Amino acid sequence: MATIYDRGAPGRRAASTPSPKRGADELMALIPEDARRDKLPHLPQVSQPELVRHYTALSRLNYGVDSGFYPLGSCTMKYNPKLNEDLARLPGFAGLHPGLSAERSQGALRALWELGEMLKRIAGMPAITLQPAAGAHGELTGMLLLKKYFQERGEYPARHKVLLPDSAHGTNPASAAMVGFKVVSLPSTSRGTVDLEALNKALDNEVAGIMLTVPNTLGIFEDEIAEITRLVHTAGGLTYFDGANLNSFLGRALPGEMGADIFHFNLHKTFSTPHGGGGPGAGPLAVSDTLAPYLPLPDVVLEGEEYRLSWDRSQSIGRVHPYHGNFLVSLRALAYILLLGDEGLKEVSAGAVLAANYLRAKLEKVFQLPYAGLCKHEFVLSGQGLGDVRTVDIAKRLMDYGFHPPTVYFPLIVKEALMVEPTETEPLEILDAFVEAMIRIADEAREQPDTVKQAPHTTPVRRLNEAQAARQPVLRLP
Amino acid sequence: MGEYIPHTPEDIRHMLEAIGVSDIQDLFTDITEELRHEGPTTGLPSRDEAWVRNYVQRMADSSTGTELVPFLGGGLYDHYSPSVVGHILSRGELFTAYTPYQAELSQGTLTWMFEFQTMICELTGMDVANSSMYDGATALAEAVLCAHRATKGTTVLVPRALSPWVRAVVDTYCWGAGIKVKEVPYGEDGRMQVDDIPEGTCGLIAAQPNYFGCIEDLRGLKEQLGKALFIVSVNPVALAVLEAPGKFGADIVVGEGQPLGIPFGFGGPLLGLFAAREEHLRRMPGRVSGRTVDAEGNEGYVMALQTREQHIRREKATSNICTNSALCALAATVYLAAQGPEGLRDVALASMERAHELAKRLEDLPGYSLAFGGPYFNEFILRCPDAEGTARKLEQAGIAVLPPSALEPTGVEGAIGVALTERRTDEELDLFVSVLEGGN
Ligand SMILES: Cc1ncc(COP(=O)(O)O)c(C=O)c1O
Repeated sequence: MATIYDRGAPGRRAASTPSPKRGADELMALIPEDARRDKLPHLPQVSQPELVRHYTALSRLNYGVDSGFYPLGSCTMKYNPKLNEDLARLPGFAGLHPGLSAERSQGALRALWELGEMLKRIAGMPAITLQPAAGAHGELTGMLLLKKYFQERGEYPARHKVLLPDSAHGTNPASAAMVGFKVVSLPSTSRGTVDLEALNKALDNEVAGIMLTVPNTLGIFEDEIAEITRLVHTAGGLTYFDGANLNSFLGRALPGEMGADIFHFNLHKTFSTPHGGGGPGAGPLAVSDTLAPYLPLPDVVLEGEEYRLSWDRSQSIGRVHPYHGNFLVSLRALAYILLLGDEGLKEVSAGAVLAANYLRAKLEKVFQLPYAGLCKHEFVLSGQGLGDVRTVDIAKRLMDYGFHPPTVYFPLIVKEALMVEPTETEPLEILDAFVEAMIRIADEAREQPDTVKQAPHTTPVRRLNEAQAARQPVLRLP
Repeated sequence: MGEYIPHTPEDIRHMLEAIGVSDIQDLFTDITEELRHEGPTTGLPSRDEAWVRNYVQRMADSSTGTELVPFLGGGLYDHYSPSVVGHILSRGELFTAYTPYQAELSQGTLTWMFEFQTMICELTGMDVANSSMYDGATALAEAVLCAHRATKGTTVLVPRALSPWVRAVVDTYCWGAGIKVKEVPYGEDGRMQVDDIPEGTCGLIAAQPNYFGCIEDLRGLKEQLGKALFIVSVNPVALAVLEAPGKFGADIVVGEGQPLGIPFGFGGPLLGLFAAREEHLRRMPGRVSGRTVDAEGNEGYVMALQTREQHIRREKATSNICTNSALCALAATVYLAAQGPEGLRDVALASMERAHELAKRLEDLPGYSLAFGGPYFNEFILRCPDAEGTARKLEQAGIAVLPPSALEPTGVEGAIGVALTERRTDEELDLFVSVLEGGN
């Protein structure tokens, strides 16, 4: 694939910059000789048309939600409303420096405050911070709160263990470890839910808390969630809910009422902000009254008609973000909530769960579904049972049918996992076409397995060799 | 709201039937009754698009800070972002995609990531770079965690002349990981004064330029460190004219990438840069694109070295980061490609020139002086007879600066911070000077 360095010619430029008045040598003399750069950095030299064509060409090698169905489980790849892109580009927000006074930032502070209020209601929890820049950052913040809480009570490091179901997302254990917690894995039952007996056994006075994904990464709602949180609380621990899967119960149940002490949102999932090719996202964190005193600072508060930053929280863990988190992402989420309203939020969860169960009902006839029954926003098939065709092959073959593959090989408790999350924004015809493609791939796996194993055939490149990239990493141009 | 959800009543009936239930409610029976929430949550009605646009537009209009000319820096700078940047970012194929887990459908993302990594390595003088962190502050904090893991040292040396916003984040992460933070003072020239490196130091941080805009002398620091890592936090635009930290033996170079064509956005999303020497590659956090070949031998790109990452390594991962700041990294890639080597140098030199021009004029005013004698790039600290009053008068005249309160955490009293970019015009400089002359 040609890179931008392969385009252009020496001396070309795609941007016009006011030239300095004085010559480069004279200005460079303002820099002490030893700190002065003696050679210009090697950057591309292209004209504007070349630049635009290059990145337009790259965009055509890519697949986004705007291109087609993207059932990447756990990622909630729903449609990203165009309105919100316009709003995030309003100069009154995009051009606002975070170092300006609160007086000069009223509109932005208001947006933060309003989103915070809405998210607290959606979580059913009394306090929130919008600083975390992604879900994992919210998890890290939550773990910091956990440490602070127990430290203040004189129970840290005695309580230094965090319990994690074996179906948990990788960021959960990684976040706990960054704060020095010891991760203890909990086995799941044959139904895919937390094993209460194992939980009871694990709960001792060294446990700081549990991290749960609700519904879990199999797409299954823990029907004993209230009992789980009660057990943890009785044992003196706190409960962290990973809210990556909120799309499935938006407006229909409140984490606060399930006994959550900490709950992170993924605005880039549930609240439709675009994933940006990997980011940015936002991971606001709602907490119970118990943990509110430790939240990051500052807080946006409303006094009379004025929004203000409050630093009034002596036990705060401090900042986790230099400013107010990913503000322009928060703004998009606010616009989404404003447009949908309560009724719309409920339609989101209805639509997401309906589409997922529809696909499940169709696909369980053809593929193994290790954890059967009603699912929420997603379900996890296994690619086993198709001879020597593996899940990776199915995923690659789906590309030939014009679809982005589901999440594969996660959660780890399902062998050859295919995690399908259709979201609420796909038309029925697309869901049907996906089912059709999956059935055809299952047939192909039996009748012409090589076609599947050598897929994809129609993409800009054929199957890429990941092993070679790991063995001999080439991570930049020479 | 129907505009985002395409299911018609007929579709819904059809799907319910296929599932074998009669009502949407039947899909939620796994949520026990006492947990089911009926009634309002947000209390908001549904609205149409025009209503939402007006509502949010009014909010934007009430943020009057954008009416001020930003002589305000402190880590984020008002460089011009060429139109092409925004236009390329608006390609749906790019911004509505996610992490390129499926390489064959993500060659666009993986290719620009590879370009970005190359550009960041070029600027920093490092061997490898990742494809982004959330922002410069968390990138620096993660660099400290990296140094902690690499050396087992439990103290990090942090310059006092570091942005308090960044410092606060580093402090939080260090507290979480059990790392002690020890300050390195600055001298009268505003530059850091490193004397001894205590036993158990995992890393030394230098900011280039530092929070006061001063250009640090990075020579000889690495040599004093023993096995501790040398971490340099940079402004990438300054690196067009400042020597790459790699030349001074830096182990890790991080930075805030916002100056590379990314709007202020009230402080987010930003762009964390993270680059390192080859030997630290397997300790590096974040996504990395690598070049490889496909089944027919054609060149292509994949996410490389995933065995460092949380989705494989879980609690033993080099970081918990998953979603990053990819779209901002794309903006920086396009920005750097648009500027090219000479454009970027012009941006840096013009910004520096403007800053020096204004500083010289202000220094001539009675009562005003530069707080530090050291060399500086595009930002300086101005001591004022009445700093609060000066900031207020400037604001009344339509100019924003870094207020005294933003300098106090670094031990600077009675001063304001002034930053310039290539965008500041002669008229704006004249206005600034005239306010301080009292002629306004
Ligand atoms: C279940 C779950 N938890 C946590 C995360 C991490 O969120 P983020 O990528 O925003 O950091 C993800 C996202 O991929 C997830 O699916």
